[in-house]
Amino acid sequence: MTIEAVLLSLAVAVAAGLVGCFAVMRRMALASDALSHVALPGIGIAIALHVHPLIGAAAMLFFGALLVWALEERTRAATETIIGVIFSAALAIGSLMTSHEDLIDALFGGAGALGGVELGIGFVAAAAIVWFVLAERDSLIVTLVSPDLARTAGINVRRLNLLYLQVFALTIALGLRYLGVLLMGALIIIPAATAKRVATDLRSMLTVAVAVAVTATALGPALAVWLQRETGPLIVTVAAAMFLISLLRRPS
Amino acid sequence: MTEFQADGQAARPILEVDRVSIGFGARRVLDDVTFRVPAGTTLAILGPNGAGKTVLFKALIGALPFDGSIRWAPGTRIGYVPQKLDIERDVPMTGLDFLRARAHLAGEPDGSVTHALSLVGVSRETAKQPIGVLSGGQFQRLLLAFALVGRPNVLLLDEPTAGVDEPGQEQLNELVQRVQRDHGLTVLFISHELTVVYRYATNVLCLGRGSGCIGPPQVVLTPDRLHEMYGTSIGHHVHDH
Repeated sequence: MTIEAVLLSLAVAVAAGLVGCFAVMRRMALASDALSHVALPGIGIAIALHVHPLIGAAAMLFFGALLVWALEERTRAATETIIGVIFSAALAIGSLMTSHEDLIDALFGGAGALGGVELGIGFVAAAAIVWFVLAERDSLIVTLVSPDLARTAGINVRRLNLLYLQVFALTIALGLRYLGVLLMGALIIIPAATAKRVATDLRSMLTVAVAVAVTATALGPALAVWLQRETGPLIVTVAAAMFLISLLRRPS
Repeated sequence: MTEFQADGQAARPILEVDRVSIGFGARRVLDDVTFRVPAGTTLAILGPNGAGKTVLFKALIGALPFDGSIRWAPGTRIGYVPQKLDIERDVPMTGLDFLRARAHLAGEPDGSVTHALSLVGVSRETAKQPIGVLSGGQFQRLLLAFALVGRPNVLLLDEPTAGVDEPGQEQLNELVQRVQRDHGLTVLFISHELTVVYRYATNVLCLGRGSGCIGPPQVVLTPDRLHEMYGTSIGHHVHDH
């Protein structure tokens, strides 16, 4: 990995840690993990059409987030069933559409070289995600506790939910390159889940989540060289190990 | 529903509700409700379970679609204290996190949080706890503080003292009345305690069975009316459960 690619992966880790905190607190861990699967048919279509795979993935993620948003208005039980069916189906159909070689990279991430344009867009997008979470933090907090209270505070709840889901989808798109469709959801959820266990207030939760995501993303490539294994799975393994350690702490 | 023009209130209405109906599917929860609330007064909303009291509040804050019209006076800022919120115990969000977020959104300084906490009688130590571990009564006070931080001129209180111990209920009711007096607030509250309704309400809006009513409690809350509304004879204490 080049130094620029490492820096981008760390920027994406910061974004993933922050976005994940609100996903975990909103109890949408399942939906968010499944959402990443929808990227696979997008990658398959893009490869077939000879356009950049990430463009296809981003487009499908955009529509996937719209779908989750529309479903969230309904009852939760129905939503979880529909999400489970649709996104698993997307994974199956996407696997059929993608050649074996591309499939492994798409599922688990690969070490393809990053172009200059790709790097530039990546950094801008990561910065935009971090800015969104920090700028909308107060609205997100109040909406999380009660959408009704949020309305009395002048927050457009539907719009905020849509924006959040799109930011979430963008975060997944950013991580596909090095973590793939199956593992990127984990970089968003596991650091936040770890932080939720050890933090005592919101600021410490955001800080711990970012620290776990960045540590895992930094250690992953180093371990990959040492152990002669793929980077993506090692990043998620490190994050999962930190989550297991957090389980040792008794809940207060 | 008949409209009742309460007399002796020259003040402009801060809220005008005109022929509002709300239904979920085929079921009508509210049917053709019309009333006005003069600024600075207190309206109690009374009715049996399922009469649509909470649903009416949700329509008033714009959280539910409805037929008819709801008009708030320009410049109205609503403070809403909901009945019950479902918060996970292990979410690391403290009362302070929650109140500060509200203060930032309203453009109020952090000092307004301290002020609101002292008004509702919640210590700073308690406010530093995750909101999921607070007792029902503490959380209810925190919600009232949240409403006050937004500097409301209208308070919507949905059984605000449910889950609060007896002395605490008294204290909270007095607090609401004090804040109302000091800041000229309009208060709409849902309650099942007839004694509280008699003590604090300027007018009562009855929902549920029968024709409905609006007017001063001494005038409209006749034994016959209560019997009609609840379908059973009740004394001064009406309990929900």
